[in-house]
Amino acid sequence: MNRETKTLLDVDDLRVTFPTRTGVIEAVRGVSFSLGRERLGIVGESGSGKSQTGRAIMGVTPSQARISANKLAFDGIDLLRISPRERRALRGNRIAMILQDPKYSLDPVMSIGRQIVETLRTHERVSKAEARERALAMLEAVQIRDPKRVFDLHPHEVSGGMGQRAMIAMMLIAGPEMMIADEPTSALDVTVQLDVLGILDKLVSDRGMGLIFISHDLRLVSSFCDRVIVMYAGKVVEQLKASELGNAQHPYTRGLLNCMPKIGADRHPLPVLDRKPEWAA
Amino acid sequence: MTSAIAVDRLEVIFDRFRALKGVSLDVQPGESFGLVGESGSGKSTLLRAIAGLAPVASGSIAVNGKTLGTRRDKAFYREVQMVFQDPYGSLHPRQTVDRLLQEPLAIHGFADGEKRIQQALDEVGLGNGFRFRYSHQLSGGQRQRVAIARALILEPSILLLDEPTSALDASVQAEVLNLLEEVRRRRKLTFLMVSHDLAIITHMCERLMVMQSGEAVENLAASDLVERRVTKDYTRNLLRASDGFVRTA
Repeated sequence: MNRETKTLLDVDDLRVTFPTRTGVIEAVRGVSFSLGRERLGIVGESGSGKSQTGRAIMGVTPSQARISANKLAFDGIDLLRISPRERRALRGNRIAMILQDPKYSLDPVMSIGRQIVETLRTHERVSKAEARERALAMLEAVQIRDPKRVFDLHPHEVSGGMGQRAMIAMMLIAGPEMMIADEPTSALDVTVQLDVLGILDKLVSDRGMGLIFISHDLRLVSSFCDRVIVMYAGKVVEQLKASELGNAQHPYTRGLLNCMPKIGADRHPLPVLDRKPEWAA
Repeated sequence: MTSAIAVDRLEVIFDRFRALKGVSLDVQPGESFGLVGESGSGKSTLLRAIAGLAPVASGSIAVNGKTLGTRRDKAFYREVQMVFQDPYGSLHPRQTVDRLLQEPLAIHGFADGEKRIQQALDEVGLGNGFRFRYSHQLSGGQRQRVAIARALILEPSILLLDEPTSALDASVQAEVLNLLEEVRRRRKLTFLMVSHDLAIITHMCERLMVMQSGEAVENLAASDLVERRVTKDYTRNLLRASDGFVRTA
């Protein structure tokens, strides 16, 4: 079997539910897909369950939630059966996750370099000196111009774009095979967004990783990913190749594409989404 | 014709940081004008300075031909109202929609509050059912509608819009943008709108100003952007970025 077609992640009928005082909330309702060494986009609006899908795979769902699936397997390992200890060994090592806002997801009282070194030394036995060397090399790989200076800075001392690069460096240092990126560029300015995506794209293809790119921005995802899954109300409504987005069949996907203002399209008023109850059925 | 908003060489300084470095702007009555730029470009500061929410160091601001002093009087806020970016942070969490809408009416001494509240809610498409709800019982789009209703209830002639849809989902964004266009047409309002999204600005505005680090980069008509008639590299970069990701081989 060659590298491209080998399945890295297999998800079948994934469900995430939250028991609350007023009843059970079904955040994810039977999601199935598989991921090879490719870029897969998961798109949906707030409340569609896209982030909870990513979190369930990573194993960072809040403890009160119930997760069930016919199959949730990473490289043949059943993620729902293994012990928390084994799960921890996977997390940050073979599976990594990038979050939306570096301001909130980096440790504010630890220098950027120490955070990267911490990740590395959690998963590999390396000397302090070697860890430092590798962290510096990684910072350089995410195109930070002066890695030695940035190594000693704290997260509040860097810009959003640089913070996000530092987070990518931290996630890639252990050499993961699969990366889940949850809105990795939504908190960044448009021009910085493209730089960060460019870095992510290069590293993912150079290292042959599988990438799950979660975003609300259908157009951005389709320009970046190979394949796109569209979610609505906890379900997958459509799966298609990114290049085929123009031929999307589901009215939700088409509505979502259509309702965004475009430069050069003179449409007043903008078409709005007419939500049908059967989409969520 | 007197300009609706005329800003002349405006400087805003926070402590020692110059957020605006001599920016001038002229918006005609009934026009929709856009401000575009990245974070830190000063676009929101310019808007807040007009509303009296930023420390003006020098320069002048005139609204409907009247030059403003450091303090804004009540008459100013009857003419100029603002809608903020974050619909979650800009409504009082312990007041019902009804109470929220009464506040500006009480301040300005309107007698027919009842009628105006009903009208305002109808106008933004919420209806009476929402009147006695709290903001946490509303979705983001509904909250932004309440914020727009609160701004419109005093019948201002100018609306300052600070990224009014950036916290909303794309489908809800379309609804709110349509609502804003409709009220502008119906009430012949002047808009000054801030956004980081070029597509939204070209959709909503006739003219726009591109800003970068507290200065104006260039003034354009929306049609210039559509036909890509831009002169500055910075604007070209923004335009390219709004096309999405392009893989370099």
